[in-house]
Amino acid sequence: MGFKTPLYETHVAAGARMVDFGGWDMPVHYGSQIEEHHAVRRAAGMFDVSHMLSVDVRGARAREFLRYVLANDVAKLKSPGKALYSCMLNESGGVIDDLIAYFLDDTWYRLVVNAGTREKDLAWLTSHAAAFQVEILPRTDLAMIAVQGPQARQRAVAVLGEHGQSALTLEPFFGRELGPYFVSRTGYTGEDGWEIAMPASEAADVWQRLKQQGIAQCGLGARDTLRLEAGMNLYGNDMDESVSPLESGLTWTVAFEPVDRDFLGRRALEAQRANGVARKLVGLVLEERGVLRSHQQVFVPGGGEGEVTSGTFSPTLERSIGFARVPAAAADRVEVDIRGKRLPARIVKIPFVRNGKALI
Amino acid sequence: MSAIPANLKYLESHEWARAEADGTVTVGISDHAQNALGDLVFVEVPEVGAVLTKGAAAAVVESVKAASDVYTPVSGEVVATNDALKGSPELVNQDPYGEGWLFKIKPSNPAELDTLLDAAAYGKVVEAEH
Repeated sequence: MGFKTPLYETHVAAGARMVDFGGWDMPVHYGSQIEEHHAVRRAAGMFDVSHMLSVDVRGARAREFLRYVLANDVAKLKSPGKALYSCMLNESGGVIDDLIAYFLDDTWYRLVVNAGTREKDLAWLTSHAAAFQVEILPRTDLAMIAVQGPQARQRAVAVLGEHGQSALTLEPFFGRELGPYFVSRTGYTGEDGWEIAMPASEAADVWQRLKQQGIAQCGLGARDTLRLEAGMNLYGNDMDESVSPLESGLTWTVAFEPVDRDFLGRRALEAQRANGVARKLVGLVLEERGVLRSHQQVFVPGGGEGEVTSGTFSPTLERSIGFARVPAAAADRVEVDIRGKRLPARIVKIPFVRNGKALI
Repeated sequence: MSAIPANLKYLESHEWARAEADGTVTVGISDHAQNALGDLVFVEVPEVGAVLTKGAAAAVVESVKAASDVYTPVSGEVVATNDALKGSPELVNQDPYGEGWLFKIKPSNPAELDTLLDAAAYGKVVEAEH
């Protein structure tokens, strides 16, 4: 048996199919993954994301600390509540995790990290914390529910009670503490919505009330197809400690400026950049029937091979899409070995879908 | 709990077989199998006229999660396939023992049917997987 979120019993009672995800027993769907996917694209759906961990970083030198341990630069965050997506790198530029950092005040930042990496993240953060005299506080007392979709905020607002109206004023990529909740206008689906952290004891009640507002319960299956359509990486699939952000479609998240900011992994990334990055992560659309899946082999015309890192059937596009790590020179077309056959696929710009609209 | 109709025969690999009055055998995948696979997105059925041996890979069902081979429970010639699945693979999820059938086979050795699992035995296979 794996770890359980405060909503485990709720999922089982709702008839969810439970699977292991990074050591956690999580719902993969409650009947139909595709219907759950469409609910988020067309109206509103919710996900239990309590397996992810909020980590508070507190101390007078919190900013300085995060400017050292994160590849993106938290100094970009000027307004309280503003969030930033970043990788946390090891000395060789490999990705330890990807996370969201919120600037709450000058002595308080909050990180939200992945489930499967929480222990090593905490160990890594803690090992560097002493030099900056900051405290690393894992918030295992919090549960988190993501409500996503064009109707999500409108339907969820009543559940936040007196805090609803304040929550509605949150701009994209801002979070704020509102009573017992920490509400942020963020997500992993390519749709509008909130992620709501709350005391674990309140999670089951909030979930039921969100359901009563007509928000569909959605599992990790739909979460995966939604994030792939939205062109978002999944840690462990699309990047890990063996690759750098530059090889993972995440160059945009690395703040090389200002040049005098020393951050962990910087030297390795600069060397990689100077020598030319050998591989890149691209979006693929399969041109024939079949489904791209991780670890399938990719063949580049004229030589060179790569690998599918994530793949799925896209319910919005009704064809298969995926990401692949390929030689830097690859362009336009490749072939993918799917169950012994080489099928043609097209390299496309990601995202595939954003705010309900197909972009390819 | 998944449905396991008593009038069908089963393979441990989750196919069902139904002896029809005209002597053919209809083949599909069980309710347990469709539930484990999740929403189907493609179904590849065999060619009509193909001659198959019991246990051979005859069809492919591909869901959002995985692709799986479907093995024929009996030997014989494929005499019909379910063309509706081309446009509506979800029929297998919605009605695995009815509209979601995969293909019909004219058995070359009808005695093979007796070697398959009955509903009670298949129920134990499913239970053991939980």
